[in-house]
Amino acid sequence: MKHILKGMFTATAAAAVLATGAIAEDAPRKGGTLITVIATNVRNLNPAVQSGIVTGYPGAQLFAAPLRYDEDWTPQPYLAKSWDVSEDGLTVTLNLVDNAVFHDGVPITSEDVAFSVDTIKAHHPFKSMFAPVTSVDTPDAHTAVLNLSKPHPALMLAMSGQLMAIIPKHIYGDGQNPKTHPRNTENVVGSGPFKLVEYKSGEHVILERFDDFFIEGRPYLDKIVMRIITDPAARAIAYENGEIHMGAFESLPRIINRLKKVENLTVTNEGYGGIGPLDWLAMNTTKGPLKNVKVRKAIAYAVDKNFIHKALMEGTASNSLTGIHPDSPFYNANVEGYDLDLDKSRALLDEAGFPMNGDSRFSLTIDFGWPGVKPQVEYVKAALKKVGIAVKVRASADFPTWAARMGKMDYDMSWDTVFNWGDPVIGVHRTYSSDNIAKGVWSNTQGYANARVDELMEMASVETNPAKRKALYAEFQEIIADEVPVYHSNTLPYHTVYNDNVGNPPLGIWGTSTPIDMTYLKN
Amino acid sequence: MGILRIIFIRVVYAIALLLAVIVLNFSLMHMAPGDVADTISQSMGGADQEILDEIRVSYGLDQPFIVQLGRYISNVVQFNLGYSFFYNQPVTKLILERLPATLLLVITAQIAALLIGVVLGVISARKPNGLSNYVVTFLALFGYSAPVFWTGILLLITFSLNVHWFPVAGMRDVTIEGGFWVHFIDVSRHLFLPAVTLGSIFLALYSRLSRASMMEVLGSDYVRTAKAKGLSENQVVYKHALKNALSPVITLAGLQFSAVLSGAVLVEAVFSWPGLGTLAFQSIIARDTPTILGILFFSALVVIIGNLLTDLALRLVDPRVGGNK
Repeated sequence: MKHILKGMFTATAAAAVLATGAIAEDAPRKGGTLITVIATNVRNLNPAVQSGIVTGYPGAQLFAAPLRYDEDWTPQPYLAKSWDVSEDGLTVTLNLVDNAVFHDGVPITSEDVAFSVDTIKAHHPFKSMFAPVTSVDTPDAHTAVLNLSKPHPALMLAMSGQLMAIIPKHIYGDGQNPKTHPRNTENVVGSGPFKLVEYKSGEHVILERFDDFFIEGRPYLDKIVMRIITDPAARAIAYENGEIHMGAFESLPRIINRLKKVENLTVTNEGYGGIGPLDWLAMNTTKGPLKNVKVRKAIAYAVDKNFIHKALMEGTASNSLTGIHPDSPFYNANVEGYDLDLDKSRALLDEAGFPMNGDSRFSLTIDFGWPGVKPQVEYVKAALKKVGIAVKVRASADFPTWAARMGKMDYDMSWDTVFNWGDPVIGVHRTYSSDNIAKGVWSNTQGYANARVDELMEMASVETNPAKRKALYAEFQEIIADEVPVYHSNTLPYHTVYNDNVGNPPLGIWGTSTPIDMTYLKN
Repeated sequence: MGILRIIFIRVVYAIALLLAVIVLNFSLMHMAPGDVADTISQSMGGADQEILDEIRVSYGLDQPFIVQLGRYISNVVQFNLGYSFFYNQPVTKLILERLPATLLLVITAQIAALLIGVVLGVISARKPNGLSNYVVTFLALFGYSAPVFWTGILLLITFSLNVHWFPVAGMRDVTIEGGFWVHFIDVSRHLFLPAVTLGSIFLALYSRLSRASMMEVLGSDYVRTAKAKGLSENQVVYKHALKNALSPVITLAGLQFSAVLSGAVLVEAVFSWPGLGTLAFQSIIARDTPTILGILFFSALVVIIGNLLTDLALRLVDPRVGGNK
């Protein structure tokens, strides 16, 4: 194995180890069973055809991606021992490690990489990840060349975490639809550090160490048990009494704060920059008073973010000002923050031509798609009443009802939660791009259209110089903060909980959607 | 002939009932806005129209309502409950995997509640104004009125957190190894708290009903006669009175089977019990029509079988039922 760490990669690999803190502790202990928890039932273990955080955790253990990322958003070798982007940005060459095998012993080759890219392109919902990839050449068994129609810097993040699972062609290439393939849940043959022992819907996923994993000496753990416990209070008790060693995506403020007080537990919001979950108030910019940017600004000035952060989120969420997650290197914090200013809000509404008429100026509805955000919605109603906007809360019976309304833009305002999913091209552009209006839930359901914003996103998606790219996104964020198609409230307070026995928990940019081959149990 | 005829009539009713359950629920599911394609896209973190359309076409959701309904009924007639869009598994497999856990939980809770409830009811009926009566009444009212998710969490905090007597969630500890008895004890430990929680609702009903029924019977002429004959108090109560007082309790126990799923949903959710209740809840949320209909089909079956058993049990304790037709 030593040859992988030779040459130029010695430095980065050592940095990766340092960054994850493994050296600061005693040498990682081998063996043991890590008991973890998943909050929702798992439906599919194959991240090539199923996105989402629930599949991401088991999926990233079962399947390896070409790259992995460190805490500083720097790509590191994984299944690809090195990679090369051509001068013009139109070809990306992956040099695979040459001893990697699938869980059934079949070698992992460039054919599998090409097959995986095709499968993901055809069946993964995030079309933008591999859209510019026109073909994959396989000059030899361990070299895969991705040919692009245009430079595509987002590809780097799209080749890491759970987003580019390398799946075996000899299993999934049998002509069955990969999306409903029986091997997505049974007898899964993966490429990652752990292999499947048992998957029981609604009960658990059990994984065990894959002895022929391509990184020698890893993974450290013998077994990972992923228990499915849907009730947050029951999960909290299980962390506290030690039945569960580790869990991620805890988001209820009261429970987070309660667990923070427990002596042998660590509760942290690190590890969510890649997924980038954001809470915001969406506004339908094509309808009634909300067409007017002054009205949208007035709403932003009337909502007291402090109240949301302190009273509703109980201090567990961070501020977010733009559509890009604050942990992302592209985040621009120097934009209009809309501190509470009721006078300014009223003045803007007057200017916009909506004077007080009786006890209100006009009325709007506000929607929400799941019960957890009802307090936010009720708060917005109360806050806007102060400036003369009458708000009616419109509940949806369940998620599909709300999603159908949003997808058709049948709403005025709605609380919404949207994820970044790594590069802005994947999860940010969809909200603001004018050619993605009203294309289902989590598209541009605001009906927002700004030619300069479209142009900036277009340029940023092909800009290979990181500094220039950052500048493009900085301007993009200034404009959307100024025009308020959505009022950005906070990051979703996802937290990872682990007890003192867990060494090196997954707190990188992809959190648990990344291989936890370096995590160990201290005793 | 009597029992066979009753069974035959029940089967005819059952088929009609099942058909009604299917048509009604299918229509209701269809009328609600949004469908499983939306929830699939939710779990994917968003999808474009093209993917949504593809999902709808591949599951036949683009077909007219009548076609979808007809297709479904013709499948069910052939004992095929269809394929879950959401779980990518055959519905029958999904349900059969979950059914044993729910039956274990519900039957344990029912039997325990029935036995303890009747005993408590009798105790309080014997001294209607005594202290024991007030204790039983209080327990019953508490068990009935406290929401199960609250009682459940309270029990968890007490018995899983403050003292580590019982595990928090699930049905088994996958890390332990051993023979049958090791697993038996493990499952029993996991079963205890959910069964107590679920049983507390039933217990309230049974103890109140058997108390009322017992008091009525204790006041009747033949009990007085029995006492006058010089029979001991216990003989009168347990041999003469209780047998007659049991009929309404058994009827209620049978009816409770219909509440099996509704009650178990919440308890299963709190304790992550891998049963039908959790599956039903998730399927409703996900608009997974085939799974919901499959579960309703099974629960209708359970209710029908439960009612049939109730009838038979009543015949055993009360010869007047059914008579010699």
